[in-house]
Amino acid sequence: MHAPDGFLNLGTAVTTGAVSATAVGGALRHMRSTLSDKQVPLAGLAGAFIFAAQMVNFPVAAGTTGHLLGGALAAILLGPATGAVVVTVVVVVQALAFADGGLTALGYNVLNMAVVTAFGGYGVFVLLRRVLPDNASGVIAATGLAAGLSVALSAMAFSIEWLFGATAPVPFDTVFGAMVGVHVLIGVGEGVISALAVGAVLAARPDLVHGARDLSRAQTADRARIGMRGFAIGAVLVTLVVAAVVSQFAASAPDGLERVAQDQGLVAQAQDHALAGGPFADYATDGVRNQQASLAIAGGAGVAVTLLVGLGIGFAVRDRRSGRFTGARAPTASS
Amino acid sequence: MTATVDVRGLRFTYPDGHEALLGLDLRVEAGQRVALLGPNGAGKTTLALHLNGINMPDQGVVRIGELTVAEQVLPEIRRRVGLVFQDAHDQLFMPSVAEDVAFGPANLGLRDAELDARVDEALAAVGASELRPRTPHHLSGGERRRVALATVLAMRPDVLVLDEPTSGLDPAGRRELVDVLSTLPMTQLVITHDLPFALELCARSVIIDGGRVVADAATAHLLTDDQLLGRHRLELPYGFDPRIVGPSPAR
Amino acid sequence: MGAGHAHPLYVHGHSRVHRMAPEAKVAAAVTFVAAVAITPRQALWAFGVDAACLAGAIIASGIGPRFVLRRLAVVLPFVAFALFIPFVASGDRVDVFGLSLSREGLWGAWNVLVKATLGASASILLAGTTEIPRLLTGASRLRVPATLTAIASFMVRYLEVIAGELGRMRTAMAARGYAPRWLWQARPIATGAGALFVRSYERGERVHAAMLARGYTGAMPDLGERRASIGEWAVAAALPTIAWLAAVTALTGVLT
Repeated sequence: MHAPDGFLNLGTAVTTGAVSATAVGGALRHMRSTLSDKQVPLAGLAGAFIFAAQMVNFPVAAGTTGHLLGGALAAILLGPATGAVVVTVVVVVQALAFADGGLTALGYNVLNMAVVTAFGGYGVFVLLRRVLPDNASGVIAATGLAAGLSVALSAMAFSIEWLFGATAPVPFDTVFGAMVGVHVLIGVGEGVISALAVGAVLAARPDLVHGARDLSRAQTADRARIGMRGFAIGAVLVTLVVAAVVSQFAASAPDGLERVAQDQGLVAQAQDHALAGGPFADYATDGVRNQQASLAIAGGAGVAVTLLVGLGIGFAVRDRRSGRFTGARAPTASS
Repeated sequence: MTATVDVRGLRFTYPDGHEALLGLDLRVEAGQRVALLGPNGAGKTTLALHLNGINMPDQGVVRIGELTVAEQVLPEIRRRVGLVFQDAHDQLFMPSVAEDVAFGPANLGLRDAELDARVDEALAAVGASELRPRTPHHLSGGERRRVALATVLAMRPDVLVLDEPTSGLDPAGRRELVDVLSTLPMTQLVITHDLPFALELCARSVIIDGGRVVADAATAHLLTDDQLLGRHRLELPYGFDPRIVGPSPAR
Repeated sequence: MGAGHAHPLYVHGHSRVHRMAPEAKVAAAVTFVAAVAITPRQALWAFGVDAACLAGAIIASGIGPRFVLRRLAVVLPFVAFALFIPFVASGDRVDVFGLSLSREGLWGAWNVLVKATLGASASILLAGTTEIPRLLTGASRLRVPATLTAIASFMVRYLEVIAGELGRMRTAMAARGYAPRWLWQARPIATGAGALFVRSYERGERVHAAMLARGYTGAMPDLGERRASIGEWAVAAALPTIAWLAAVTALTGVLT
């Protein structure tokens, strides 16, 4: 996700930079106004935790591994404002001190990896908390779905930026399909790991989970009420809703934007040169023809992610209950 | 340069309901070194946090010299009482040793040459002048402990409170720490499970258990009372007999 | 998509580049990379000028070209993406070794590759010659909010401590035969991460207590370091100025 320099055009870099600076500036003000001088060392340690968590490789399938991005996790543990600030610091330090991600790409990297994942992920989390039960299981399930979707949101944000700042003639729906498709897989791991991590924090120090501060002690201790099946059904329902929204977006957004551009007479100018001013690069809308295809891709992708996240959590929960996947086998019978 | 510590009827309950101190009394004279012994969870660290005003008493008073610990005199209390934490990593939070040692005096308003001189003085006192430009997380355990002590000495405290200063140190690191502490003139309260260390450094020891002082006597005397030690989960290392060790040159 | 790296890029040295005031270096790196980013992709000569300037600075810094090349691997995922562009891009096709590729796509791939490589090389030079605390000092002098740089400073200070705890946790798991292959076996890793968060948070509370104990009142003291002199600013400005001249020349050449 750490995009290098020159990936999107300079106008997009500057615009996303301004958006990120505004969002992070607001988050910083909020952070200062709500909490004491304790915030700075705590946020620093949380940043070190997120940085370290990004180095944790977890298994995905058949021995392949992935790693956390941590934006939604940070927001759910620390609150969206502090979470966004903490992940921003991680992304900026990675660019400055580790040459990971371009210096002029910081605008969109911060926007996609910190702002969208933290605020978007937390937004999804809050919405899900309303429909899920008020107990530890509800918080854990909401975390899993929100963290998984935050990765998809991040991929969508990147695709939209491509619409405005493309540097090569790859059409929007190709980029959108590829980005969302790849990140669906990443999102599954993100969701499962974030959910289980929040579950572990809830068990040890429930007071440290910002997104569960409304729960009483009894509610945080209540984690068995939602079973595998209930969870799966809930996940499918949410998935359908999400898929519908994503598909609508995929089908209508580029067309809508293109029409605006044509009305303004900008598309014709934009044909000549990538640097010529236009609301979005002509490249990205070049091949948007097949609405049905993009709808199918996006919708299918959305369903797949969320189902897989749900299944992953289900498996992991079963692991704890029955010990079936722990690999510990009684050394008696077969010998 | 040095001050008395006077704690009277100190009670403290943590927000989660855990009662840590149940009316603790302790007086330490100016310039005296006292070991605070006792099992885990006895309230020793909680007491230490009260001496510096990090925790505030629910009941009772803490007096440093003539000054009673209270919200409005916290800056002065924090200058007078230096607290050396158990995990030196918690204490060394700045990017370099020099900046870390400068943190305290800079908060007292020192700047430039005066600040530099203060840093040099503190590092020299613990024999760590050559560590000045180093990064705290690349120091050895013993070096880290001495630098943590320097960060506190840089504030020229009247009272020094050390929380398990020898834990995790190799024998040479422990020896160097004894050498440094025994030359420092200020009042010292040393929380420790290391009984030979207590005997070597402190003439007087206090056993704290269940949030109260349960014994207060000469260290050599306490350490020979096997029943008393046993009641409070304290044990001498195998083969160590305080009766034949004799008084330490460090005291 | 690169996984995080615990070890900073800094290469110890005493070159002129190392000694330069950090705010001048950070500003120079950012403006240099911005010039590269706006350079039109057809202006091969301009990229040549940029690369030559950068190579000169890298040699002067003594961090070694091999070090820079090795670290460039970080941008590899995007190189892979760039190589993909000519196949999926629209527009005229050209035949290259029997493959039908998009002409525009080839230019697009070149554009991403050259800018990413130059940008990453400049970042590597900056990070390789400036210790992290000095980078943060530089950033805060360039008006990055003090809260952000203070948080970053704590983060960097404790990164190795926390990564170390994490490493020991993983070793302890492996020592007891934990070798997961599937996502549903990831529970110990995830709960370990949760436990690590609790430990990090509690350490944050202890650090705060240690700060209070030494008179912290909410603001980090300014322990003033030498600021960049005008001469230093002038030296630092050399590279970005050349890059901007090249970029602007190329732009006006192309646009007229």
